[in-house]
Amino acid sequence: MLYIKCPYCGLRAQKEFSYGGDATVKRPNINEEVSSEDWDNFVYMRKSPRGKHIELWQHIAGCRQWIKVQRDTATHEIFQTAKVTEEIR
Amino acid sequence: MSQPFRLNKEGLINRNKKISFTFNGKKLFGYEGDTIASALIANGIHLVGRSFKYHRPRGFFGAGVEEPNAKLQVEFNGHSEPNVNATEMELVEGLSATSQNCWPSVNFDVGAINNFLKMFFPAGFYYKTFMWPKSFWYKIYEPFIRKAAGLGVASIEKDKERYEHKFEYCDLLVTGSGPSGLASAYAAAKNGAKVILAEDKPRFGGTLLTDDVSIDNLSGKDWAEKIISELKSMPNVTVKNRSQVFGYYDHNMLVMFERVSDHLEKKSKFTPRQRLWYIRAKETILSTGSIERPIVFGNNDTPGIFLSAAAKEYMKVYGVLVGKKPLIFTNNDSAYETALEFKKNNVEPIILDTREEHSSELIDEAKSKGIDIRFSHGVIVANGYKKVKSAKIGKLNKDKNSFEKIEIVDCDCICVSGFWTPSVHLASQSGNKLKYEEKIDAFIPDKKKQHETSVGAANGSFTLEESLKHGFENGSNLSAKITETKTEISIPNVNEKKYGAHDKFWCMPLPKNENPKRFVDFQNDVSVSDIEIALREGYRSIEHVKRYTTLGMATDQGRTSNLNGLQLVSNIENKIVPEVGHTTFRPPFTPITIGTIVGREVGMEYMPTRKTPMHEWHEKNNAVFVDAGAWKRPRYYKEGNETLFEASKREAKNVRENVGICDVTTLGKIDIKGPDAAEFLNRVYTNAWMKLPIGKARYGLMLREDGIVMDDGTTTRISENHYHMTTTTAQAANVLSHLEYYLQIVWPELNVNVVSTTEQWAGAAIAGPKSRDMLSKLYPDLDVSNEALPFMGYKEAEFFGVPSRIFRISFSGELAYEINVKSDHGMFMWEKMMEVGKEFGNQPYGTEALSTLRIEMGHVAGPELDGRTIPSDVSLNGLVSKKKDFIGKNSLGREAFNVESRQKIVGLIPIDRKSSIPEGSHIVQDQNAKLPNPKLGHVSSSCWSVENNNPFSLAIMKDGKNMIGKKFFAVSPLKNKSIEVEVISSHYVDPEGKRVRS
Repeated sequence: MLYIKCPYCGLRAQKEFSYGGDATVKRPNINEEVSSEDWDNFVYMRKSPRGKHIELWQHIAGCRQWIKVQRDTATHEIFQTAKVTEEIR
Repeated sequence: MSQPFRLNKEGLINRNKKISFTFNGKKLFGYEGDTIASALIANGIHLVGRSFKYHRPRGFFGAGVEEPNAKLQVEFNGHSEPNVNATEMELVEGLSATSQNCWPSVNFDVGAINNFLKMFFPAGFYYKTFMWPKSFWYKIYEPFIRKAAGLGVASIEKDKERYEHKFEYCDLLVTGSGPSGLASAYAAAKNGAKVILAEDKPRFGGTLLTDDVSIDNLSGKDWAEKIISELKSMPNVTVKNRSQVFGYYDHNMLVMFERVSDHLEKKSKFTPRQRLWYIRAKETILSTGSIERPIVFGNNDTPGIFLSAAAKEYMKVYGVLVGKKPLIFTNNDSAYETALEFKKNNVEPIILDTREEHSSELIDEAKSKGIDIRFSHGVIVANGYKKVKSAKIGKLNKDKNSFEKIEIVDCDCICVSGFWTPSVHLASQSGNKLKYEEKIDAFIPDKKKQHETSVGAANGSFTLEESLKHGFENGSNLSAKITETKTEISIPNVNEKKYGAHDKFWCMPLPKNENPKRFVDFQNDVSVSDIEIALREGYRSIEHVKRYTTLGMATDQGRTSNLNGLQLVSNIENKIVPEVGHTTFRPPFTPITIGTIVGREVGMEYMPTRKTPMHEWHEKNNAVFVDAGAWKRPRYYKEGNETLFEASKREAKNVRENVGICDVTTLGKIDIKGPDAAEFLNRVYTNAWMKLPIGKARYGLMLREDGIVMDDGTTTRISENHYHMTTTTAQAANVLSHLEYYLQIVWPELNVNVVSTTEQWAGAAIAGPKSRDMLSKLYPDLDVSNEALPFMGYKEAEFFGVPSRIFRISFSGELAYEINVKSDHGMFMWEKMMEVGKEFGNQPYGTEALSTLRIEMGHVAGPELDGRTIPSDVSLNGLVSKKKDFIGKNSLGREAFNVESRQKIVGLIPIDRKSSIPEGSHIVQDQNAKLPNPKLGHVSSSCWSVENNNPFSLAIMKDGKNMIGKKFFAVSPLKNKSIEVEVISSHYVDPEGKRVRS
């Protein structure tokens, strides 16, 4: 079971979070024209990297904040966590 | 009553307390502190079970977790448990143990015929035999395999015991209380670290209890006791015996299985039987020790053959002799300690040492005590069927592949030692890639992936001095990093015997023309020849060999067999062991009960039960409940002997004719506030929200980004910047997360807050033609006319002195209102409604009637919004704005969503107007068509239309809009029904929606 550092609450067990997928996906702006290809890429296309990956988790049984987690998908090592408004590099 | 194999003095058992138990119906006794195994051996009983495949007689082999054979069906404290390890289970008064895998008895087992047919049961037997003919599988092969599979019998009784889970955090977890574990825990505790020390056995000390050593002039056992009592007195230390750390998971989380009360005769009602600990440790010391491995020889599974260290443990800990005429068969010095222990208890052993004549401290001591030692010797084959009677022994030639001399010696037990295998299971589970250590012919931990450090024998150091040193150093250094305190501890003086080098010898050759079974894995009956077959048939990977032969599988996980299996494969393949590699170590290290995994999450505690504030009223009024997620909702209110069908019909009819009330508290409610709330709703919903006036509700539809309908519900504008959203009961949590996602991540610039208020409000729907009359009685001072409170209107008013919200919204399609009051007033509201509603013929209605009402109106719900439908599929495209953007809008233009024959919701009625159509039925053109019969759609919801008094269903059908008036078949292979149906509009009742506006 992973041990995830919520930027608001501190280290908490994985049980308190729910997974939210790739955090690097950016939704096309509302009220702006978007090509079918860009839209399909946003809705359907996800990379599934082996290794470092920035993903979204929600602290659903805690502060209910969505957060960013940089995790190694093979070893589960967590390198960094951040608020969604912050950058992880 | 005497115990023929119990020593007079030795042992750590309590001789003042006798414990009676039965074995295979025979009454026996042991002492407090015995295991089932030690008590049986004391009574001279060795035959305890039959082997898995050949039903060969089997006895005890080890004294702890390594035991492959002695698995018993044990009844105690009112439950019956299979596959209990007799070498671990402590004796309790009244316990009753029986042998497994034998019929009619362990003494005479019909299945033993397999042993004489063994040439027909080679490796891969099942794979080869049960391949053909195919038709034999269900009737002959599967029942046969089922009968043969497994060992014990699982109880079908409900487990009445209590199990618990516990979450714990610590600086250092120490797994095992042998010398290195004690030293680590002690050093870390002295540095002020929060320490948990876990010991699998009832007694602390590990090998200190059985080895002839001294530390600081104390015996090993006394030193262990001193350290343990000091640790117990420290507030920063938790010391746990009977606790097996069995799994090492991600981020240094370890899981421990504590046997809390199985050994107690009496316990309080609230004492759990077993407890599962989830331990998050900053650092872990793996002081799991090592397990002796056997040397392989003929008939080496005969009862009376033991691991040499186990024989010593039976003497030293339990005061029990495993035999009175022992043969000690070894390739190393440690077995000499067992021989000396026998000698001390006036039993004359013979030592067979595979090594050539040489000397060491222990050999010299054995010689000086007059013990018969035969170098270059080994056991070829054990004689005796249910117990060892003698052994054919041989003098090995120089190359150790044939014999110079063969003779037979009498014996009643053989104690075998093939050197020591570090218990690296937890290290391997943590991700540590193991390395092969040539010096000890075994794997030890290598590079770590997590915060774990193996010390002592688990790390391949087999001397006490080294183990203590490792323990103190690592315990101190690891904890100092955490606590930033370092207390100097002097490493104690040690007195131990020096061991000479062991012999890299693990399997006895066979003389010409002799072919007894030589078992590598006892629990799975895997012999040398089985592994040879597997390799001959082309299996190369050790993982494949394992699966083909079952080597190293089942409850003992190959603790005594893995390395010998590897040696064999490496010999045949001419590879060195590290090239062959090892199989994966997986948790649990030892079997644990299902009850422990489940913990308290069983029955009522399986998940929280959500009840509405009116729940008690429903209960008192014969409501039959249905689960809606965690909620309990009344399905119908039973009158007399009514069936579900009759009751729901009555309730629905009453709504259509008079008025009914329904508890709608469970609907999801989300409070939305902020200056950008309208803009937010406008993006979330498919329809327009910018111009909704204060005091008005609107029906809204929300999509996922892929254009699929996510949820529907009404949202009401309470004030300028305040909205009240309702969601379906099932989607409440998902919708909240969805809103939070967009507010926090996608559009953080919107100034909006959302919070769930589902449990803050109790809700009741009043529906039916007489609902306005009833409402006016409930609110005598309020103008509830159609003009003052029109459809989709909203008002706040006092309900008999209690603040309330009135929404004129309808799910039933009738003139209807929903009243919300604060949860605490829910019951008051409900009772008042029942009282006031009497004169209008008001009756409560449940979810079944509610479904009937919405289905015949053609209102969609969960079965239609099933994650596969877009708005036009469910005839809600009128709600999709063309002017503005919203979540999922761009997906609605996809080609597949716009083809002419796109699926659409329709209504179905049976041609005979009588047969109910099962939900889930497939719609087909020809009920007799050849399979696969093309499916044109499926039935999503069915009801008995109370308006038209015949069955009616909703269906999602391909090209639905052009199907009206056509006839099809609704077939349900599950219910074995095929019903001819006619397609009609999904709006079966009041298609113009006049009633809700009346």
